Amino acid sequence: MPTNFTRRQALAIPAGIALGSLAGRAAMAADPVKVGLVAALSGQSAKSGEGITRGLTIAIDEINARGGVLGGRMLELVRRDDESNPAKGQTAARELIDKEGAVILFGGIDSPVSQAIVPVVNGAHVPFMGVWAAATNITRNGANPNYVFRVSAVDVLVDRALIKHAMSTFSAKTPGLMLVNNGWGESNLAGLTAAAQAAGLKLAGAEKFDDKDVDMTPQLQRLRDAGADTVILVGNAAPGAQVVKSLQRSAWTVPVVSHWGISGGRFPELAGSWAGKVHFVQTYSFFGTQNDVGKRVLAALMAKYPDIKGPGDVTPPVGVANAYDAMQLTALALAKAGSTDGDKLREGFLGVENYQGLIKNYTKPFTDENHDALNENDYIMVRYNGDQIEPITG
Amino acid sequence: MLATALISGLGLGSIYGLIALGFTLTFAVSGTVNFAQGSSVMLGAVVCHALAIGVHWPMLLAVPAALLACAIWGLVVERIAVRPFVARGTNSWLMATVALGIVLDNVVMVLFGKEPRALPSPLADDPWVIGKIGIFPLQVLIPVVGLGLAALVHLGMRRTGLGLKLRAAVENRDAASLMSINVTLLIALTYAAAALLAGIGGILVAPLYNVAYDMGTLFGIKAFAVAILGGLTNPWGVVVAGLAYGLVEACATTWLGSSSTQIVTFTTVIAVLALAPSGLFGSRTKVRV
Repeated sequence: MPTNFTRRQALAIPAGIALGSLAGRAAMAADPVKVGLVAALSGQSAKSGEGITRGLTIAIDEINARGGVLGGRMLELVRRDDESNPAKGQTAARELIDKEGAVILFGGIDSPVSQAIVPVVNGAHVPFMGVWAAATNITRNGANPNYVFRVSAVDVLVDRALIKHAMSTFSAKTPGLMLVNNGWGESNLAGLTAAAQAAGLKLAGAEKFDDKDVDMTPQLQRLRDAGADTVILVGNAAPGAQVVKSLQRSAWTVPVVSHWGISGGRFPELAGSWAGKVHFVQTYSFFGTQNDVGKRVLAALMAKYPDIKGPGDVTPPVGVANAYDAMQLTALALAKAGSTDGDKLREGFLGVENYQGLIKNYTKPFTDENHDALNENDYIMVRYNGDQIEPITG
Repeated sequence: MLATALISGLGLGSIYGLIALGFTLTFAVSGTVNFAQGSSVMLGAVVCHALAIGVHWPMLLAVPAALLACAIWGLVVERIAVRPFVARGTNSWLMATVALGIVLDNVVMVLFGKEPRALPSPLADDPWVIGKIGIFPLQVLIPVVGLGLAALVHLGMRRTGLGLKLRAAVENRDAASLMSINVTLLIALTYAAAALLAGIGGILVAPLYNVAYDMGTLFGIKAFAVAILGGLTNPWGVVVAGLAYGLVEACATTWLGSSSTQIVTFTTVIAVLALAPSGLFGSRTKVRV
């Protein structure tokens, strides 16, 4: 190694350092913007995580094809499996923020997981976007400033829609509730009780079940004996299927109106021949006349995923559609923010004006008072026909 | 409501009893139990699903093949997780059987997947209806099979040569060995039989529930509680305790709501054991330490 530099070497070294530094900055400018997803990618709700992944992926492909965000930076999706476990979801959220440098986190189907992540993101000043979990207090969490946004249903509004559907379609007068025994069930117990009261209905009762319950006929029998004329179901696919199988076992042909958790797994397979009897809520259907965004997204899904051959194969549609619109709104928020800084990105969301999306034409989707982009006017009722989810007509 | 509770409780209770019979068999002969018994429940259901739904074998072939897999699994548990530790005079088989069960659950999770799957059966699709009460034919079959197998175990122990050897091994292991009875083989066979019984439970309950890598955990825990309640060494006691446990569980859910189910059932278990420490039908045994 030479110990004395020539004049040429003395000039070349700082020049090299300067060039290296510039190259480094150029590389930084091209660094991808990481968006995190914490969702159930395995277990009974694995299909929900797959649907959300697909919706985000189609949107990210479109955004990157347009040149990315923030002057040419590509979006990159980083996924973590929460296994429907709040503790695992919380750990995954911290890891995505601290180690991966995710600028925003997207959530999955499980309200208890999202509820566990809310204090983490509010503490870290990193925006969180709910695209499925509907518990009211996920967005209405009391934090100020609040970094949690949602393009999904809200229990308190869904509950009104479920009661309304039970009344209009099945002439319900005394609905009975079958609720999963967790925070999501609690959220809906409050919402459904209030919705029934507002509609002038008296509830026959409210029963709870656990995810691993084998037989739910005792709970159903209590509702039956209390005079329930409709069952309102709140649960995910596997326990929801157990409720339906227990109804079938009891030969009780009562109408069932369900929240959308059942669409996050293999409900038609698990519930068997009675699966099609259940009416449930979604925010979007790929059936029927589609707007330009719908046509484009369906074509992209069919091109990218060989198992999608038509609208009925987009399952669960709610995960795909919510995630797609949420990702596009995030790109608009990043553009408004001009930065990946959490505080600026939060302001960016509040600054989004208009977006013609898949689910609807969004106008000022987020405000200081309202972090939920969808409302009861955006819900539709559907049912399973085989494996496919079809809107209820007539 | 009473009829619903009875049907639900007797069906589930029979399954618990069936699985618990396995604990009785191995404990009677060797003084050890397979804490991976819940995994045997899962293995029976998963292998049956893989063969019947995955590769479209007829049920008549898939069920015996799944039960054979369970029996082999029982032999593996005894050979790997029990025999080496008993030979060294330690109680580490307790942890070893738990650990082996966890290994199996996770291997199945990787191979079978994490999503629960359905195992449809014509016996669990069209219920028999009497008034407001409905019941699947499978729910009638389950207690029949449970009681039938308990009778088979009872008769097998009392009326067959193998049963005589087993009872000899239970009475005095050293003396049985001196009489040219291969006690090691007998113990291995009881482990195979225990896993097979659990596998039958898994296959029977799958159409009413679903098939998943973690489905055996809760059944295994409840079956162990039932085995202790029944007296551990008494096959009929275990079956009766299974039915009683199922009934208490169903009645608690029916009249007090599902939030109270586990509180009531496990408090009942503790209360019964406080009054009868050897179980409802167990005899006091001297344990040499």
